[in-house]
Amino acid sequence: MSRYIIRRLLWGVVLLVIVLALLFVMFRVLPTADPAKLRAGRLQSPKIIAEIRHNLGLDKSLPAQFWVYLKNLFLHFDLGYSYYSNAPVKELIFNRLPATLSLVAGGAVVWVVTGLGVGIVSARRAGSRMDRASMGSALVLVSAPEYWLGLIVLYLFASDIGQVRLFPGAGSYAGLTAEPVKWFESMILPWLVVAAGTAAIYARLIRGSLIETMGEDYIRTARAKGLSERRVVLRHGLRSAINPIVTILGLDIGALLGSSVLVETVFNIPGIGRLNYIAITHADFPIVQGTVLLAALFIIVINIVVDIAYAYLDPRVRYS
Amino acid sequence: MIGSSGAEPLLRVQDLHVEFATEDGVVHAVDGIDYEVARGRTLGIVGESGSGKTVTSLTTLGLTRAQGARVSGQIMFEGRDLVALPEAELRSVRGNDIAMVFQDPLSSLHPFFKVGTQLVEAVRAHQDVSKAAARERAIEFLGLVGIPDPGRRVDEYPHEFSGGMRQRAMIAMALVNEPKLLIADEPTTALDVTVQAQILALLDRLQRELGMAIVIITHDLGVVAEVADDIAVMYAGRIVEMASTEVVFDGPEHPYTWGLLKSIPTLSSSREQDLVPISGTPPSLIRRPSGCHFHPRCPYSQPSHERIDPQLKPVPDAPEHHVACLLEIDVRRRLWAELRAGRRPEEARATVGVPEEPR
Repeated sequence: MSRYIIRRLLWGVVLLVIVLALLFVMFRVLPTADPAKLRAGRLQSPKIIAEIRHNLGLDKSLPAQFWVYLKNLFLHFDLGYSYYSNAPVKELIFNRLPATLSLVAGGAVVWVVTGLGVGIVSARRAGSRMDRASMGSALVLVSAPEYWLGLIVLYLFASDIGQVRLFPGAGSYAGLTAEPVKWFESMILPWLVVAAGTAAIYARLIRGSLIETMGEDYIRTARAKGLSERRVVLRHGLRSAINPIVTILGLDIGALLGSSVLVETVFNIPGIGRLNYIAITHADFPIVQGTVLLAALFIIVINIVVDIAYAYLDPRVRYS
Repeated sequence: MIGSSGAEPLLRVQDLHVEFATEDGVVHAVDGIDYEVARGRTLGIVGESGSGKTVTSLTTLGLTRAQGARVSGQIMFEGRDLVALPEAELRSVRGNDIAMVFQDPLSSLHPFFKVGTQLVEAVRAHQDVSKAAARERAIEFLGLVGIPDPGRRVDEYPHEFSGGMRQRAMIAMALVNEPKLLIADEPTTALDVTVQAQILALLDRLQRELGMAIVIITHDLGVVAEVADDIAVMYAGRIVEMASTEVVFDGPEHPYTWGLLKSIPTLSSSREQDLVPISGTPPSLIRRPSGCHFHPRCPYSQPSHERIDPQLKPVPDAPEHHVACLLEIDVRRRLWAELRAGRRPEEARATVGVPEEPR
């Protein structure tokens, strides 16, 4: 098992380097603004631009730039400096990380809990009016884009502009350690918006998976043992039905860490997504590189965690 | 009736009907059957796939309720009617007074729980004991069913067991609360022949040690010949013949039973003698044949058999032997004598002089 994990981690590092290389190429090949010119602002003399280019290291060849970047990254854990503000990228990212982690972790809790709850109840009453209603609304939620849902939710419930003023709206984010209550309140609407679509998918998934599992022979055995129906469903049924959820949970969390930009923008949450968005508009390559690196790292690590969790969930799976 | 020796039988099924409403129509899975099982005795229920034998046993434990079955009739077990029993009370019977072993031991054990965990759960569902005590009992019963090194195997998963070991574990799980009745539904069908014999011997030994009654459900007459005291032959949701095992093998009265007997090889029959399969396929339980349900497949049927529905009645000179057949008793006996001598059904029919059925 530990050999397997080490091998996976080493492959993860290789994958990261490949992702970085692709980004390097993409950023140069695809048309973007010249960072040096952007940095120069109104002082657009060729001399100044050349000087800036030299200072940023942009005058070196692409492989040389890549090599310097990798060396700094792996030897000094240095992600470079923002082209735009000169601030260290590492610091920028670490400052923004708590907000994004709050959004993703809380959102994941909401979508897992509601998805499982609705899915289980729907599976047990398949075909009932309740089942059809919740599966119908699930379909609507899956189809609703996050930014649209975010605006609707703000319009309905935000404490400043809402029709029913329930929760703090956009721009109310506060740090968890500084003001925990305010942090929680400010995250309620973003969590709901982030979780809605995924919860709907999970509800449909767990419903199908549980209905299928409840037809298995070992469920009949569990009933024949004289267990309560509750125990049969929640222990024997769910134990098998939950496996596909674990797989996509890893993917969904990883993907959300990389794509929280929409919700962070709508709710004005100072997270990684917003940082990345601003960096792209400024052609601030080191920041983009840093955030993408982080997202790739998350996805790789979470997938390893999912694989390990799988070995515990399904004893028939053994890695070697 | 069979097994009735004056004392109240352990299980008495009376006029049991089980129906399922489906999109294609109502499935009459069990259509008015009666049988009894006395304490410590073994009843074999024999029939083809779809004859209603599994539904009968699942209904005994109330397990067809979850599938939306309509059940009528009575299943009396120790003075209680299991058909009418509320779910909570029925649950205290399941796995405790009546336990069940299923056909496929791999799919019947939960793949994600250790074998020991599943046994411990069975113990603690009905006995208020600690986990450690339940585990001791689980190990004891794994040993009892012949699993070597049960102290170690108790912590293994089902996929680490061989097919025969899994079925032993299933049996251990069924017996761990020392039920008064064990229902074994095709317990050996998924196993090799050598393992089959071991499992049957195991059931026989455990029955003697624990004194429980057994209902063994099978399509294989060879299996019931080994373990059953009495045999009920089911066809299309009904019992068509019921007698002690010796009588069923020596003097069967129903053409379907003859068909079953002639379609299995025996050591006494010569090698030249062909096996005679029962022609046709089991009937649809939604649109059953009119009259005697077996008439489309019966080599001896008469035109009147398409209209008259035979009842299960005692054979005149053997009140313990019940049969549902419209043929005259002396005709039946002459036919069986011919079949037994190795004649094919059409030869027997000609010799005995059953009139040709006009087609």
